[in-house]
Amino acid sequence: MTAEIETQVRSLIEDNFLFREDRTSLSDTESLIDAGLIDSTGILELVAFLEERFKIEIADADLLPENFDSIHRIVAYVARVRATAPSAS
Amino acid sequence: MRVEHFLRDSARTCRHKVALVAGERRLTFGDLDGASDRLAAALSRRGVSRGDRVVVFLDNCWEAVVAIFAVMKAGAVLCPINPSTKAAKLGWLLDHCRASAMILQDRWAASAKAALAQAHCVKLTIMVGELDPTGFPDGIRFDDAIAGSAACPLEAPAGIDLDLAMLIYTSGSTGLPKGVMITHQNAAASATSVISYLHNTPDDIILNALPISFSYGLYQVLMAAKVGATLILEKSFVFPHSILEKMGAERATGIPIVPSIASTILQMKSLRGAAFPHLRYITNAGAALPPSHAERLQELFPAARIYSMYGMTECHRGTWLPPDQLRSRPGSVGIAIPNTETYVVDGDGNRVAPGVVGELVIRGAHVMKGYWENPAATDSTLRPGPYSWEKVLYTGDLFRSDEQGYLYFVARKDDVIKTGAQKVSPKEVENAIYALPGILEVAVVGVPDPVLGMAIKAVVVPGPKADLTPRDVIRHCAKHLEDFMVPRIVEFRDGLPKTESGKIRRRQVASEISETER
Repeated sequence: MTAEIETQVRSLIEDNFLFREDRTSLSDTESLIDAGLIDSTGILELVAFLEERFKIEIADADLLPENFDSIHRIVAYVARVRATAPSAS
Repeated sequence: MRVEHFLRDSARTCRHKVALVAGERRLTFGDLDGASDRLAAALSRRGVSRGDRVVVFLDNCWEAVVAIFAVMKAGAVLCPINPSTKAAKLGWLLDHCRASAMILQDRWAASAKAALAQAHCVKLTIMVGELDPTGFPDGIRFDDAIAGSAACPLEAPAGIDLDLAMLIYTSGSTGLPKGVMITHQNAAASATSVISYLHNTPDDIILNALPISFSYGLYQVLMAAKVGATLILEKSFVFPHSILEKMGAERATGIPIVPSIASTILQMKSLRGAAFPHLRYITNAGAALPPSHAERLQELFPAARIYSMYGMTECHRGTWLPPDQLRSRPGSVGIAIPNTETYVVDGDGNRVAPGVVGELVIRGAHVMKGYWENPAATDSTLRPGPYSWEKVLYTGDLFRSDEQGYLYFVARKDDVIKTGAQKVSPKEVENAIYALPGILEVAVVGVPDPVLGMAIKAVVVPGPKADLTPRDVIRHCAKHLEDFMVPRIVEFRDGLPKTESGKIRRRQVASEISETER
């Protein structure tokens, strides 16, 4: 389950967020901000994608680096939200 | 007054007061003064002299604030560079200003190393972070450079206030960046004027999430130091909820924003009004705040006075709208900042009547000295003014004024695109795209965008054998251009309109696009 979320989140980030010249990969725990991968419009795209793909609703108050600033954190967050809303698929 | 005295004076009057909060770090004025003294001493010891350019390639971190004051204390010229700048351009910039030292974050060491290969002028590298700086020219770690508590040996004055304080690069319509030369006197004039209408005091707590490589962000650091206010430095506005929480927790009294930040705040679903009783003011610059956004911000922050302002790197700040005029003059960016003048002129430099569109001219002690080693660009921007003994700043921006002299921005005179408060030269983006094999023609234009004001769009004609997608073009740009210059939209076409001499009619492409989207 988590593995499936992880695959999707990783491919979303690799496909949509742009790597600068000095980087070709991203580890699960690296900060997306520090890697220069995400800016304030990028985060809104990410939220829209996650809401649609995983049928979840992301509250403003959840939009924190603790939940979104690495692949690992995003996966954990999505899994947690889905667990509290089991009807979503 | 020289800019480093902003900090020195505050360190004398309020040594133990918190000057800077950056993440978990809190530095008093005494801490900041001491650390910047030690870094200045390290710069001097290692060969940085009066007038030398020192590139600061850092994001919004406490080390950057130390670096800003240290460079000036050493008598050198601060050259802040956007950390999303890629190797080739960074190399060009280092070489262009003949930087003698660079202070950089280890995270961007790979780009910096590639840049240094084409800029042999850099003789000293100071590395912020964990990375071992071995292999960089006279590389030392930032932490080592500021270690110890030795008193500063820099007793002699670093220079006078006519010396250059900063060299800030901005996009030029030719595609090559221009280095805006700001003296200490210019910076002090500008900071003093802005502080006077914002009524800043030592009780202020200013939350800044704007990049300090950008004049509007950088001046937050300078102004806070000048009045002895506390600066909360945030890296970006990516997580608006965190920023607003911090704003509440730290009891911020002022926040500078650009229109895209206003859009982000207004998109937050759960934000309730009146939650920030300490917030005394919000300033907006970079681009005009849409009147509806100004109104909604005022509802959300009823205690805050909203200042709509206009400026450019060449003078930092040009105009301000007194907050009590916000409702009665929607869309206006106001009047000249205190102790300066602004007026609108026609093509011959004559002042025009209210309501008539012309170019905005700015006159004051805050106006730059020119563009670094670029006399042609300097002469077309700094031109003779009303008196024979002076030059005034031609902004390149078209404005009109109302009967009472309040100014309204109309458009840029050239093709430079204003996106999310940054200026982008279409030529620079086009040049980057032409470097991609298989591209025949390209025109880069601005298209209206609800968040950015204008978004960058590239209209591209690929060659018959080019195996390219719009995504490839965007990826290529992301590798070579600063983040804010990367096109958001790429459209492929079979051809572009041209003049008889074969030059692409970029303006026609832009106007056709805006017609279709109307």
